[in-house]
Amino acid sequence: MAKPIRNGFESMKKDFFLFIGFSIIIMMAPRFFAGGYLMNVLVFVGINTMLAIALNLLLGYAGQISLGHAGFYGLGAYLSGVMTTTLNMNPWLAMPLAALIVGCLAFMIGLPILKLKGHYLAMATLGLGIIMYIVFNETIEWTGGPSGLSGIPSLEIGDIVFDSDVKNYYLIWSAALAVMLFSLNLANSRVGRGLRAVHDSEIAAQVLGVNARLLKVEIFALSAVISSLAGSLYAHTMTFISPTSFGFNFSIELLTMVVIGGLGSIYGSFLGAALLTLLPEILRGANDYDIIIYGALLILMVMFLPGGLVRGIPTLYRKIVKVKSEANHA
Amino acid sequence: MQLDQILQYTLSGLSTGAIYALIGIGFSIIYNATGIINFAQGEFVMLGGLFTLTGLQLLHLPLWASVPFSITATTVIGILFERLAIRPLRQPTPLNLVIITIGCSILIRGLAMLFWGKDTHAIQSFSGDNPIAIGGATILPQHIWILVVTLIIIAINKFYFYHTISGKAMRACSYNRRAAGLVGIDVRRMVLFSFIISSAMGAVAGIIVAPLTMTAYDVGVMLGLKGFCAAIIGGMSSGISTVIGGLILGVLESLGAGLISSGYKDAIAFIILLLILFIRPQGLFGKADSERV
Amino acid sequence: MLEVSAVTQIFGGVTALENVSFSISKGDITGVIGPNGAGKTTLFNIITGIYKQTAGRVILEGRDITGLPPERLARLAMVRTFQNIELFGAMTVLENVMVGMHTKSTSGLLACALKMPWSISEEKKIRKGAMKWLEFTGISELADHTAGSLPFGKGRLLEIARALAVGPRIILMDEPAAGLNSHETLGLAQLIKQIRDLGITVVLVEHDMELVMDICDRIIVLNLGRKLAEGTPREIQESKEVIAAYLGDDD
Repeated sequence: MAKPIRNGFESMKKDFFLFIGFSIIIMMAPRFFAGGYLMNVLVFVGINTMLAIALNLLLGYAGQISLGHAGFYGLGAYLSGVMTTTLNMNPWLAMPLAALIVGCLAFMIGLPILKLKGHYLAMATLGLGIIMYIVFNETIEWTGGPSGLSGIPSLEIGDIVFDSDVKNYYLIWSAALAVMLFSLNLANSRVGRGLRAVHDSEIAAQVLGVNARLLKVEIFALSAVISSLAGSLYAHTMTFISPTSFGFNFSIELLTMVVIGGLGSIYGSFLGAALLTLLPEILRGANDYDIIIYGALLILMVMFLPGGLVRGIPTLYRKIVKVKSEANHA
Repeated sequence: MQLDQILQYTLSGLSTGAIYALIGIGFSIIYNATGIINFAQGEFVMLGGLFTLTGLQLLHLPLWASVPFSITATTVIGILFERLAIRPLRQPTPLNLVIITIGCSILIRGLAMLFWGKDTHAIQSFSGDNPIAIGGATILPQHIWILVVTLIIIAINKFYFYHTISGKAMRACSYNRRAAGLVGIDVRRMVLFSFIISSAMGAVAGIIVAPLTMTAYDVGVMLGLKGFCAAIIGGMSSGISTVIGGLILGVLESLGAGLISSGYKDAIAFIILLLILFIRPQGLFGKADSERV
Repeated sequence: MLEVSAVTQIFGGVTALENVSFSISKGDITGVIGPNGAGKTTLFNIITGIYKQTAGRVILEGRDITGLPPERLARLAMVRTFQNIELFGAMTVLENVMVGMHTKSTSGLLACALKMPWSISEEKKIRKGAMKWLEFTGISELADHTAGSLPFGKGRLLEIARALAVGPRIILMDEPAAGLNSHETLGLAQLIKQIRDLGITVVLVEHDMELVMDICDRIIVLNLGRKLAEGTPREIQESKEVIAAYLGDDD
């Protein structure tokens, strides 16, 4: 029989300290990297971490796939962008408003779309993402079409204008850490358990009184809201957006992050986001060919490390140690 | 004038629709034999076009030799795909299968980009480019090629599934995989067969459409999705329903692009896809399954 | 307590149940028996809202529950277990039972994620309640193990604990003794009686005749989709029709 995996209160304390430790490291990082180009990349790691966590809530916890999350991300970015440029709205107002609109939209679409299962759900969300992408491209009078939308204002708090990489780093990572804590709390709560139950056996969860359908739609909407917020933050930190950032390929990249990091692991999503954001920077020469690497990574992960890096590395380590000790005995 | 336009759009819609139908049948064949929606189906179409290009330009083969070369090469990739990615999978949950076929899809696309570059390539038409007038509209000889080849493929398909042992075995698998296994049908072999057939069909679709639309490493995504849409309209049938689904889609798209806006052309397919999935997930012509859990 | 009236189920031309009616009184342990293919599991699936029947009604405590989805039935204090236990394999034993407390708690998505004070106190309540049911079924020492790693017999107990956590007034068990050894079956019989002593009405589909005859107050016999007999264990044992159905009536 397997060893006990956790003991309620102890583990809560441990989780708490893990999160605090993680936050401290994140917040100290600029001291070591400040000024360099890396700062800019780390801002993206933060944005992608939020997005990966959002998708992971849906995919890893509720077991429902979405191949259209880049669409919600883009919708948040464009709503924020259009409201602050054309309509001159304050960004701090535009962001939650965009999130609210995206949330309502996702909830309404979620009702019919989450009746679908497996492959069908994947295709439907994929179609949804592509429709949104086409809309970003075609509503030129609002979005500027393929040439993009520029002049989006930066965020401000009092006298501080978030217009440098270091300031943006703190802004984005504050948000990312908040999303992380939010999701960690959710995972170990009544709702999170309900979701995981639906994932393992939908019918058993229903028999116990879990309204699986509503719960799935709720988490779909929540996931879209987080993606939308990430999109708004992206728009305000970059001050320029164009449709190419929100296409089908990016949905796949998000999926790859979640799968590599580990389904159902919040820290895994960070790991996946960090790896996939840094990877193209490391392989700068092979810029266009990163999709080969994504493809290979997806295949290899599903085949050999279905639990993702977070669970896979410890298992792999144990296996290697075991093989070594056996070799020593022989 | 207006009527001529509609006729023109309908005719060109029918020929793209035929392509969607071929791709859609490819989806359905694999789905029926295995329960997998192969997200890499569109890549077979892309490979069909590009391998023909290689045959023509690199190997200096004539067209009649390039075509079988391309079909064979694509089919070999289909076989490798099944052997290396699908068969070894230890936990074939729907989620894992979606992820692995997506992984294969982008891997194949990436390798194609490496091999053929990012440029768009033109392939010569099979028999010239002199338009043929039909009523007030004109079509190209290539359109006729597409429609004829599609018809032939569908006829062969029909013959295979209803009049050959392996075709019948494959149908048995689609009704009930376990039962088929119990009566001695080698289900895993049938899975391989389904990949062979649908990669070959994908290749044919890619070859006959390439002279019209040109081809590049990334044409597979959209074509694959449209083909899937055709299959959904047809209720994932590997027969006539999917053909009709493809034709409906092709014509609607062409009319929509011509009469409404070309920018939203691609959106039409996906809106239809979502509507069908929401309202009639069994397809336009299918009967609802009796509700069992 | 529970009344099934004139339920008929047809699957694409095959009649799985035909005009089945019976009622179950409060506080009883009722067994539903019958040869394979008699329609027992179909009947359970209809009562618990998993299938929609072709015709007929199901009435729970005077309320028509025909066609209600399973999650609504849980809130009406009806719960079931499955023949091949449906555990949440990736979760711990304790967490499994905590899911059972779902209807007994109300914290929404935001309250949970923001750790509002009321959701924290509710969480404590859920944990305590879940532990209680693990103790009741005697598997509390396994609380922190993953449910997927449990041996079958323990898994069965976990599924029952989880169902009890819902706080049912009636529990339906689909072949609870299937896959258990004789020692475990004895324990199960004891447990079912204890559940009845809590005032919970028990209905079970079962093949283990010894168990059924031992613990049931009443027995309903189904054969080929029809109700064949109904009565006390003694009456059933003496019924010629039942014996014929089980042994086949060649003579």
